[in-house]
Amino acid sequence: MASSIATRASADTDLPPPLKESGQREVFCGLTSIVWLHRRMPDAFFLVVGSRTCAHLIQSAAGVMIFAEPRFGTAILGERDLAGLADANEELDRLVAQLLERRPEIRTLFLVGSCPSEVIKLDLAKAAERLNRQHAGRVMVLNYSGSGIETTFTQGEDGALQALIPLMPASTEQQLLIAGTLADAVEDRLIGLFHKLGIERVASLPPRRSTELPAVGPGTKLLLAQPFLSGTARALVDRGAELIRAPYPFGVEGSRDWMAAGAAAFGISPAQVAAVLDPLVERGRRALAPQRETLAGKRLFLLPDSQLEIPLARFLSRECGMELVEVGTPYLDRQLMAEELALLPAGTQLSEGQHVDNQLLRVREQRPDLVVCGLGLANPLEAEGMATKWSIELVFSPIHGIDQAADLAELFARPLRRRAALSFA
Amino acid sequence: MELTLWTYEGPPHVGAMRIAASMEGVHYVLHAPQGDTYADLLFTMIERRDKRPPVTYTTFQARDLGGDTAELVKRSIADAVQRFQPEALLVGESCTAELIQDQPGALAAGMDLGGIPIVNLELPAYSKKENWGAAETFYQLVRGLLKSQLPAPGTPKPDPARWRAEGRRPRLNLLGPSLLGFRCRDDVREITQLLGSYGIDVAVVAPLGARPADLQRIPTADANVCLYPELAGTLCSWLERQFGMACVRTVPIGIGATVTFLREVHSVLDLELPAELQPGVDGICEAERRSRLPWYSRSVDSTYLTGKRVFVFGDATHAIAAARIASRELGFQVVGLGSYSREMARELRAAAAELGVEPLISDDYLAVEAAIAEASPELVLGTQMERHSAKRLGIPCAVISTPLHVQDVPARYAPQMGFEGANVIFDSWVHPLMMGLEEHLIGMFRHDFEFVDGHRSHLGDGAPVAAPAEASPVPAMAAAAGVGLSWSPEGEAELAKIPFFVRGKVRKNTETYARERGLAVIDSEALYEAKAHFSR
Repeated sequence: MASSIATRASADTDLPPPLKESGQREVFCGLTSIVWLHRRMPDAFFLVVGSRTCAHLIQSAAGVMIFAEPRFGTAILGERDLAGLADANEELDRLVAQLLERRPEIRTLFLVGSCPSEVIKLDLAKAAERLNRQHAGRVMVLNYSGSGIETTFTQGEDGALQALIPLMPASTEQQLLIAGTLADAVEDRLIGLFHKLGIERVASLPPRRSTELPAVGPGTKLLLAQPFLSGTARALVDRGAELIRAPYPFGVEGSRDWMAAGAAAFGISPAQVAAVLDPLVERGRRALAPQRETLAGKRLFLLPDSQLEIPLARFLSRECGMELVEVGTPYLDRQLMAEELALLPAGTQLSEGQHVDNQLLRVREQRPDLVVCGLGLANPLEAEGMATKWSIELVFSPIHGIDQAADLAELFARPLRRRAALSFA
Repeated sequence: MELTLWTYEGPPHVGAMRIAASMEGVHYVLHAPQGDTYADLLFTMIERRDKRPPVTYTTFQARDLGGDTAELVKRSIADAVQRFQPEALLVGESCTAELIQDQPGALAAGMDLGGIPIVNLELPAYSKKENWGAAETFYQLVRGLLKSQLPAPGTPKPDPARWRAEGRRPRLNLLGPSLLGFRCRDDVREITQLLGSYGIDVAVVAPLGARPADLQRIPTADANVCLYPELAGTLCSWLERQFGMACVRTVPIGIGATVTFLREVHSVLDLELPAELQPGVDGICEAERRSRLPWYSRSVDSTYLTGKRVFVFGDATHAIAAARIASRELGFQVVGLGSYSREMARELRAAAAELGVEPLISDDYLAVEAAIAEASPELVLGTQMERHSAKRLGIPCAVISTPLHVQDVPARYAPQMGFEGANVIFDSWVHPLMMGLEEHLIGMFRHDFEFVDGHRSHLGDGAPVAAPAEASPVPAMAAAAGVGLSWSPEGEAELAKIPFFVRGKVRKNTETYARERGLAVIDSEALYEAKAHFSR
């Protein structure tokens, strides 16, 4: 399977040109990624420098307020901060000092830029430098932007990881580096499998402890676990890492190809790969079969949101037999998506960007069986008689890897099964 | 700059969205970046609305900033008007757009939009919040729509009793109910039925369910009811000033307030007060029998409610109402009263003074949690945030106010206002306490063989099972005890015999007493001395 990867890159010529849309976008901004990043690194705090809207967004996207004191917060700009940036910087210093006093367990503090902080040109890189001097040895202060004028939804993670990269120690040792947040259990499983395949050193970015950053250098082979890490990939390549080209680890096929590509990069024989992975593949397909029964032949429309749309469309069409009506993506990074695009069925209609009203007209015209969309659109579409799957659940759930393929399919099958199960007659 | 972890209110443009989404035929063009579209989910998820809120976001991006964002605003306005054909258009901006100063309202005013009414919303995002934004939007929208009907200066006030001369039933407007408000849907139904039972019609309910044309009918009513002052206060005052419309300001939450409300309505409309609203010899008026709360509260099984320590926090309207019901109608002792509604701080302070407690005006949920811990109440009446705080502290809680959670939009009919509202309140406030009591009983009988370890009632996972004696539910207290003061094992054992829901309070009082007396070790004697000291 791995050997076919090289030839696939040219196959996406079978796809019609994507619809390029501009208009109202119904997408979260990059701040949203804090919701899963803060869970991954329990010793880090994410401080958004922004407005009440930012605070309200994160709290609403997080859904329920379950944390005693969350490891994220918002430094809300007031009128005085807008009047003079000097004051704003002093205020930020005061607030950070207060926060660190309250939360002594914090080891890494991310200052997260927002739309307002960018528009007023509050220099958070400088602020981070200054705060690092003030709190040297006690906490590492970093910054990135999660602003909605620069980033969508999952791009926030790309920004956060890029902020960590300069701090990663240099090393020439041979290692596999997995970039992108994974659920802890899934990460353990994948690392265990790579060990079985014969790769000794496997590291993850982001790490579970923000202070235990993996090394990077010419011996590093990089596998992306998430398809939205364009900047992270570039920055790691700049540090000497070699990017392994592969589809993303969603579904049995994607996960196998992904692991096989990693193994190939370490010169592990296809026979060894087959010996380790084939039983998993066989089991994964068996587990997938009942979900496939629900999904096969059903028509799927993906609205642009999480940037996972293309890999998911590939999985749902190739392994679950769904028909793709339209595959929307907030932006199309052809390089990072090359292996995925090559696997899409010929004729798949992609759309890039969004004009939500026009797109909803197409949804209504096409009447798909399932629409993948954001939380703002789900109930209205359900009320119009279409089953929906919220895209935000996909970034919270453990969906990576061969063992998770059936669970991933189940997320899409459930709304359809539920519709079939309900009866009020 | 202020540090916020969770917030009670959203930004002011979310308040404007609440007005637009509550109504029919209104569209809101919001100059805002893409992330701000999250606000749609407040309506489609929390309220389970079956349609998108009528909002068009310009969703400008960084690359637009170099170019002409004003052009983008104009394009969005033109598209929205053409696509949605609104009967009135709101135009405004969110926090980021406020900084780039495109003035979308002025741009809209300069466009040919077929003569639909346009309201330019200027909602300062860096100083104001959601409820203020909603109140301002509601006021600006009505003001805009009533421009042509403004009476000339010097016009005499319309007589609220003119219904009699006009040979019709009196009618009132219900102003303030909105989406994302607390139980508004059911309150409107309850109050409409209640007024109807006294021969009073409802002319306009707004903003919930109203069209712009309905707002233009506001002056046809004899008076307004300011049902939710946070949202309708500004508008009602303006209608009073400009149109001379009388306003009923009592908010009918609780038995006393409902009866007062009905009396005020009758007085404003110059209706004869029916016998059932007149106080009888025992001070009870017949109308209050329409609710079960007064009898349930008087019935002997409610004796255990006497003097229960209650901490109240919410929006000002619901918090003030809750404090009065708690103290007068349920016989609780209010040990704390607070609100995040700074606009109504004066009213809240007055209510707190009446109850002899310190008012807490704060939008910092941690300060509220600290105040709850300090007051060590037996019941918290608060928002969803206090529900979480109370859970951590192991105290039962009932939710009385926004910010709204999906649980606060129940499928069943569950008003807060009127007589049925009082029934709902009795059940929803007393049941958590019953659970608390049950928990205590389980604690008492936990050595009996029928009770296996881990037996739990409905209090939730955060509550301590027959709280272990050494773990005071309030960490702050344990810390305070630390300095130069300790409990003897025998003192601890005595303390452990005290029901868990007062144990924290007893511990604190005893320690205060011990410090005052300069005791280093607290034994059972000290505990009983302190008990005698504080019961005086």
